[in-house]
Amino acid sequence: MSYMNRWFLSTSHKDIATLYLGYGFMSAMVATGMSVIIRLELSGAGPQYLHGNNQVFNVLVTGHAMAMMFLFVMPVLIGAFGKFFVPIMMGAVDMAFARLNNISFWCLPPALVCIMASLLMENGAGTGWTVYPPLSSINSHSGPSVDLAMFALHLTTISSLLGAINFMVTVLNMRTMGMHLVHMPLFVWAMYFTAMLLLLSLPVLTAGVTLLLMDRNFNTGFFEVAAGGDPVTYQHLFWFFGHPEVYIIIIPGFGIISHIVSTYSKKPMFGHVGMLYAMGSIGLLGFLVWSHHMFVVGLDIDSRAYFTSATMVIAVPTGIKMFSWLATMYGGEVRLTVPMLFALGFLFLFTMGGLTGVMTSNASIDVAFHDTYYVVGHFHYVLSMGALFSLMGGYFYWSKSMYNLSYCVIKGRMLFWLLFNAVNGMFLPMHFLGLNGMPRRMSDYPDSFEPWNVMSSLFSMMSMFTVMLFLNMVYEQLTGNFQFKTKKVNENDNTPDFMASNLLGLNNSDIEFVLPSPANYHTYNELPMLYAKEMSNEEVK
Amino acid sequence: MRGFIQTHPFHLVGPSPWPFFTSFSLMNLAFSIALNSHNYMNNNFFIFLNIFIILYVLTLWFKDMLAESSYLGDHTLAVKKGITQGFYLFVVSEILMFASLFWAYLHSSLNPTMELGMQWPPAGIEPISADELPLLNTIILLASGVTVTMGHHALINGNRADTLNGFMYTTMLIILFVMLQGLEYKYAPFTLTDGAYGSTFFSLTGLHGIHMMMLAMMLLVCTYRVYNYDFTNQSHLFGEVTMLYLHVLDMLWLFMYMIAYWWGS
Repeated sequence: MSYMNRWFLSTSHKDIATLYLGYGFMSAMVATGMSVIIRLELSGAGPQYLHGNNQVFNVLVTGHAMAMMFLFVMPVLIGAFGKFFVPIMMGAVDMAFARLNNISFWCLPPALVCIMASLLMENGAGTGWTVYPPLSSINSHSGPSVDLAMFALHLTTISSLLGAINFMVTVLNMRTMGMHLVHMPLFVWAMYFTAMLLLLSLPVLTAGVTLLLMDRNFNTGFFEVAAGGDPVTYQHLFWFFGHPEVYIIIIPGFGIISHIVSTYSKKPMFGHVGMLYAMGSIGLLGFLVWSHHMFVVGLDIDSRAYFTSATMVIAVPTGIKMFSWLATMYGGEVRLTVPMLFALGFLFLFTMGGLTGVMTSNASIDVAFHDTYYVVGHFHYVLSMGALFSLMGGYFYWSKSMYNLSYCVIKGRMLFWLLFNAVNGMFLPMHFLGLNGMPRRMSDYPDSFEPWNVMSSLFSMMSMFTVMLFLNMVYEQLTGNFQFKTKKVNENDNTPDFMASNLLGLNNSDIEFVLPSPANYHTYNELPMLYAKEMSNEEVK
Repeated sequence: MRGFIQTHPFHLVGPSPWPFFTSFSLMNLAFSIALNSHNYMNNNFFIFLNIFIILYVLTLWFKDMLAESSYLGDHTLAVKKGITQGFYLFVVSEILMFASLFWAYLHSSLNPTMELGMQWPPAGIEPISADELPLLNTIILLASGVTVTMGHHALINGNRADTLNGFMYTTMLIILFVMLQGLEYKYAPFTLTDGAYGSTFFSLTGLHGIHMMMLAMMLLVCTYRVYNYDFTNQSHLFGEVTMLYLHVLDMLWLFMYMIAYWWGS
């Protein structure tokens, strides 16, 4: 198959997932670069590097957020891992709509171009990723930057919406014989719930930002107070999307963590059905709590009471998931492989992020926390440590199965501990700064905030070295030229025991490790059959 | 391409250029709108060019799909089930988009601000009377539901003449609706820029109107496919999803009529 056909006009889910993976990591470099500039500017009180140009600072904050969420985490977790493994794990030949799968990917490079153009043209979009009017209206941001950022959101929305329809139809229609819904691996369930959230939340974002574009360019009055509109409408529409969006980012990670924890504890997942119902409840509750992002806009007391309570309820299914992972490890043969290290890091740090989330969920306390670094610390614990750790764990867990690539174990462990220290050193001080009232999206601060900011910025440098180590590891993987030759082992192979196949040396309940790696261009020439575990070979015959 | 035995019922689509072309034309469209709105270009040529390119590429894409279903026989029962599910999910997302615009409408109308004179319709706005042209439009849409059901039953029963009549009447009724909406817009006593009322009214009915134009195109293609013997009484998936779309848009129109035209005036 010609290069052009295979990589540009592709209809194969594995090739498209590969494109997503490469694209995601490239966007990650862009987004990381912007975060480092942000931290450099905040490394001391007073203007440091941006010459006191606060608009540029805000533009970088916007670009960092949009690139990290829409162009890095979502493409890698949903696009790369989801599109690679959902069909494989269910025994499907491909995604349901192969051409839609391709347009899902190819809408993303244009989105990156739009975001970059938005950053670079005129004054940029210094609005934050939430793009609230009136700051984002034509009076405050007159250039084309905000419009281009909106169009980038439209393009990622087209991509994700078509992808979501594709996932749901694949899961509902293309399961192989014997694959009942309840038997589906937890990663597939995670992707299914993610797709449901995308399908129901993205159209609302599209409507919200389109109305904003009309306010900007066609002189309408949706969010314009003088015309009888209300900026709070925008906030409702945005957060009706925005809150499910944070679950869209983390739920695929939940699925990956379930697989890693189960494999390296040598035990089946504790409470498989409970786990999938917990994910479903988190998804459903995700649609009922959006106004907890708007506690200070002047909601009445009943709304605040409701949104506080509903938000706290989410801690229950999240707790079910956390304790099920712990119960899976309890009594298991835990092996501290690189993916397992990332999974354990996830369990610890995501719990911390969840607990600060319970603090901010309270409308009364949130009055103090709103728009401070406490919130920044909170969501970086759940994203930069929750979503990112599951993403890294998934990468090392599956790079053998996806591309038959091994990694250097000693560097992998170094990578984990470097990243663990870097992100904790970077984001823990933000909580203290926030408790002391340091506002977010500000490029300067009083001298009294300097020590914790210096610490945060120093650890940000450490995170950059972590990125470099990761790039070095990817380089070694791709060239096969390993620095520590003896330390390149395949951590996917089990020591055989009663759970694993003694013939394969693998946990044969996970079909992605039983298939040849890398899998054939068409994974299955015939559909695989699924037998219940209780059946012996005699009964099957 | 089907010279071997396929051991599964699904359709493995070959490489296709249309997704790639569509997405990059979308990028060009985004840039031409953004740059045009801010006077980087002094005419609309590129906006219309890109809209034309997107529609043209999509036409070629759908042409491929029609060929795969009617002539190559790739659409097995399993594939058709998947397409039906996919279309239902797409319709769900469309309903959510309309719901967001209703949300914006009700946010302003249920609690009109001081700037609107604390009344809805706002002070100085002369609303369109619900029992004149909008009522006729409602009747036309409900009638299109009747004619399409007649066409559907004729199709299932193998009655070619009535199927053709059903789809043609429906197409004409939808086109009539779009033209009457055009008249209503032309003679409306307020505009898109007349504050929250005009903005929410025209965005709601306008989104519906764009969908009606799309529906008219779908019905035209349906009529042609009936005429071209593409549809059989067993297999007419495109006809089914078009009818589903028509009913959903009718339902949304009824909400719009009740809320924006009747209660809102």
